[in-house]
Amino acid sequence: MSDSSLTARLSRATGGATNLQLMLVCIAVLIAMSFANPRFLNAYNFESMAFFLPELGILSVAVMIAMLTGGIDLSIVGLANLAAITAGLFFQRMGGAEAGIGSVLIGIAIALSVGLLGGILNGLLISRLRITPILATLGTGQVFTGLALVLTGGPAIVGFPAAWNAIGNAKLGPIPLPFVIFIAVCLGVWLLLSRTAFGLQLMLIGTNPRAAVFAGINRARMLLYSYALTGVLAALAGIILSGRTNAAKSDYGASYLLQAVLIAVLGGTNPAGGRGNVLGVVLALISLVMLSSGFQMMRVSNHLIDFIWGAFLIGVLVLNYLLSGRRAG
Amino acid sequence: MSAETAWWKSTEAMVAGILLLAMVLIGLVNPAFWSLENLFSLARSNVVIGIMALGVLLVMISGGIDVSFPAFAAAAAYLVVRAMVDWGWSTGVLVPFLLATLLGAAMGLVNATLVWKLRMIPLIVTLGTAAMARGLLNGVVGTSNVNINKYPKSLIAFGKTDLITLTNAKGASFGLPATVLAYLGLALVIHLVLSRTMIGRSVYAYGASPEAAKRVGFKTGRTLIFVYVTAGALAGFAGLLQSSMIWMANPRDFVGWELDVIAAVVLGGASIFGGRGSVLGTMLGVFILVMIKNSLILMGIDTTWQRVVVGLMLIAAVALTALRDRKAIV
Amino acid sequence: MTNPTPLIEMRGITKRFGGVTALDDVSLSIMRGEIHCLAGENGSGKSTIIKVMSGVYQPDAGSILIDGQPAGVLDPVKSTAAGIQVIYQDFSLFPTLSVVENLTINSFLREGARVVDRKRARAMAREVLARLDVDLPLDAAVETLPTSGRQLVAIARAVLADARLIIMDEPTTALTGREVERLFRITRDLQAHGIAILFVSHKMREMLDLSERLTVFRNGRKVAEGAITDFDEAAITRAMTGRDLEAGHYDAPAIQGTPRLEYRDVSVPGRLSGVSLKLWPGEVVGVSGLIGSGRTELALAAFGMLPPATGAVLVDGRDVTPRSVQQAIAAGIAYVPEDRLSEGLFLTRSIRDNSIVSSIRRFAPGLWLNRKAAADATREMFEGMAIAAPSSEVAVGTLSGGNQQRVMIGRWLMTGANVLILNGPTVGVDVGSKATIHAIIHRMAREEGLAVLMISDDVPELVANCNRVVTMVHGRIAAELSGPSLTEDALNDSLRLNIAVSA
Repeated sequence: MSDSSLTARLSRATGGATNLQLMLVCIAVLIAMSFANPRFLNAYNFESMAFFLPELGILSVAVMIAMLTGGIDLSIVGLANLAAITAGLFFQRMGGAEAGIGSVLIGIAIALSVGLLGGILNGLLISRLRITPILATLGTGQVFTGLALVLTGGPAIVGFPAAWNAIGNAKLGPIPLPFVIFIAVCLGVWLLLSRTAFGLQLMLIGTNPRAAVFAGINRARMLLYSYALTGVLAALAGIILSGRTNAAKSDYGASYLLQAVLIAVLGGTNPAGGRGNVLGVVLALISLVMLSSGFQMMRVSNHLIDFIWGAFLIGVLVLNYLLSGRRAG
Repeated sequence: MSAETAWWKSTEAMVAGILLLAMVLIGLVNPAFWSLENLFSLARSNVVIGIMALGVLLVMISGGIDVSFPAFAAAAAYLVVRAMVDWGWSTGVLVPFLLATLLGAAMGLVNATLVWKLRMIPLIVTLGTAAMARGLLNGVVGTSNVNINKYPKSLIAFGKTDLITLTNAKGASFGLPATVLAYLGLALVIHLVLSRTMIGRSVYAYGASPEAAKRVGFKTGRTLIFVYVTAGALAGFAGLLQSSMIWMANPRDFVGWELDVIAAVVLGGASIFGGRGSVLGTMLGVFILVMIKNSLILMGIDTTWQRVVVGLMLIAAVALTALRDRKAIV
Repeated sequence: MTNPTPLIEMRGITKRFGGVTALDDVSLSIMRGEIHCLAGENGSGKSTIIKVMSGVYQPDAGSILIDGQPAGVLDPVKSTAAGIQVIYQDFSLFPTLSVVENLTINSFLREGARVVDRKRARAMAREVLARLDVDLPLDAAVETLPTSGRQLVAIARAVLADARLIIMDEPTTALTGREVERLFRITRDLQAHGIAILFVSHKMREMLDLSERLTVFRNGRKVAEGAITDFDEAAITRAMTGRDLEAGHYDAPAIQGTPRLEYRDVSVPGRLSGVSLKLWPGEVVGVSGLIGSGRTELALAAFGMLPPATGAVLVDGRDVTPRSVQQAIAAGIAYVPEDRLSEGLFLTRSIRDNSIVSSIRRFAPGLWLNRKAAADATREMFEGMAIAAPSSEVAVGTLSGGNQQRVMIGRWLMTGANVLILNGPTVGVDVGSKATIHAIIHRMAREEGLAVLMISDDVPELVANCNRVVTMVHGRIAAELSGPSLTEDALNDSLRLNIAVSA
């Protein structure tokens, strides 16, 4: 316990051995990509990554929260699109691109409320009807996507107000606004998980759901809160995505689901519950976004980058298995 | 004491009851539902999703879940059709179907190995392998469709074969496709394997309690390989079958099918916790799902509602099974 | 009736796990067709030797002889081929499969069958159930059977697999009185068919009633063995615990004022019927009875997990009848559950997290958790309970059973509870810790005025630590013993009477 070696100290400082490994992976990816592409270490490249990464990052944090209790949320992308589309339809009534700042604020409230309601629906199905999270959210995800399709009739909604688009495109000094939002979300979730009773109770539910009930934790209510939070975060990601692209469509960001699950698992979240932290997820996110961006610069097709993500996930699982196998043996 | 469980209390009977009720209701809304043309078209729509559902059924009985089969199906179908086009293969369909099945089986073997060796939850593993399969297919082989003008004639002929051909009032002919036989045959085989062979029973045993299965002496690695390889093989076969029925090979086909298939299997009474499920129930579940999706038009509901309806059906089905399982525990 | 060559003979078996020696040069032999009892407290090495016999563990030293022949290294396949069958506490059955299938599947597996001959399976199942003279619904899924039914399936499966030795691991823990009698009848029946039984237990009464020979383990060593007639309860206890029967008794302060906890005519259909019980401050009241007698349900009814259908639960004269665990905690009721590992602890989490979980409101009045207050309170508890651990940040899973149980009790004392319900408070706890835990309970009762309800199987523990003991049968309180009438003999008699009543 009282190991004061450098690795032990580093691992404590970074919040666990996994995070230390992740940091090394992150640095390795940075170095490899810088060597492979001379243009990689370029301010413009980092800026574009900082614009692109927040929506995926927020979804990954949302998946992590669902996984902490041993669940999963497969409905996040559907909910993100539904939230953006609802707001988009509202703006169409308020004069489309000409809608004022007041309408945009109301639009944000509408989108976040859609996320909240969708999350509460998931939470109720899982905590009250006791439906397995995988199946419940697979079903609601379909319902959300389906509703989005019904609302739009298929084509994308375009022409969002300028203030809305600023959420995805503006800069605060040198830093992209979506990135600022992402950092705020990370800090908020980190504080929530590590400094509040709610966070501790979520972790304990994931560690041993039965003992949690015997210890007096209101499991149903905590699950409801956690899925509600996941839903709000999904809606926030939807706002940023539609703001960045000035459009909202029922099937946007379909590949984000796999990527968010992958980043959460890679970031040290245990899909069976009880373990996970924001810093790990952020490190995993940055590693993977740099990896994609580097490969894109090398003109590797987007399809192959999908393959690389999948292979990365499997590779990490194999690596974890080998590492834990060595420890056990 | 030993009251035999009445057949009408079984899950299959309940599903069949719901099916009949739904058929009567849809028939009342639109009598065209009962036309042979509609029924034949329903049967046709059952084939591919049904064969995939048999694979997912195996995985669910073993306590897992598989979201990789649509990617495997697309990959197997596209690779085989492209190879046939490139090499100018035109003799028969046996070799192409065998090839597609083997390709699917090989990809299933990857799933099996990862689930078995890494002891990682199947959802995560199959999410990963699905991304890899699609990424490789579209990134390396290509993204362009093989359309009807280039599509192998032998496959078109196969897909067109009807068991019965009739003519409707307007003079257009319609038929019951022979591929229905492939579905029924495979269903029978899987049913027999699941219920009568030791490997089939080992799937139930593993799904009911992996630990007990190991203690009793089952080779659980073999069971997992059987499950995922068979699921992959069925997906590969179904992929090419679909392609031959629509005379086109699309490397981006089957996106989103996992939900329909999983919903159908759950509707048919299988449990995601393993150890439960039957071929008959699954076939009924597939039929209900396909029928309701297809009948939305007959009932005058816009097709954009399809996804909402499927999602709601899945939620309703799992809510019902959750209630059933809770009762069984008390 | 026993053959001079033992069925299985284990010589000088040693098994280590990391730095821990689970079995230290242990020898054990089982004769053909005998009923042998293996006794010992939790952690004495009983389960390790079972796993050595069944080939799950390979010993680090020692040899195993089967029918007088060296058996080499045993693995599960070899062990079952030699006729050794283990019935684990969880039975290792397939819940969703039918009785027939559960009975026959490993016979088919052993034959190397590829297809299932359903007709033959049915015939085999019928035959073995007839041989055991039990009736079970052949087509029912095993999950629909009660525990006793599942156990019968497990026993019948072992018989079908041509068992020559059936090892039963704590087979009576989840059975009611009548079911225990039936199990004993079947066990004697199996013996008459020449099958040896190794009965692993820590219950005196069963050992003395059933077995012919007894072996006692303590701390991984064999400390006694011989014909059952050479032992009495005191001798067995001494061998198991290394000391004499727990002496002494607990005197509660004089009864005055309102009862701290009162059950007023509490009923839960099928579980409890018309239970009335009063506990005054400072009392430690024992509850005894078989599984299914309602003893655990009594606790759950006051803890909000089994809300009473009629009747009321009162604390300090106020009706608090809880409908949820949260309400019970708010009313000052605490419950330390029976199964510490699955119901009590969060093994991978720190002592601090495990301690503050139930009183978390105290440390988080608003949104934020006051980490300093939580750490201070944990430290205070830590010292008060004399927990042996490097710090309150270590994972609870690394602690010994005794220290884990102290964390459990400490967790509830931090809630400021006035009513403490303990279910099996010293199960799996070593002798030293046991005494400490009892002393803590007595201190809390006497000095803080807590009312303690102590549910236990352990008769000497109840007699030595309670001022009153009630016994339960069929969801009712059947008898109450206190003062001079509270003796081990009297309590045992009362429990035996209960078996007769329920049989």
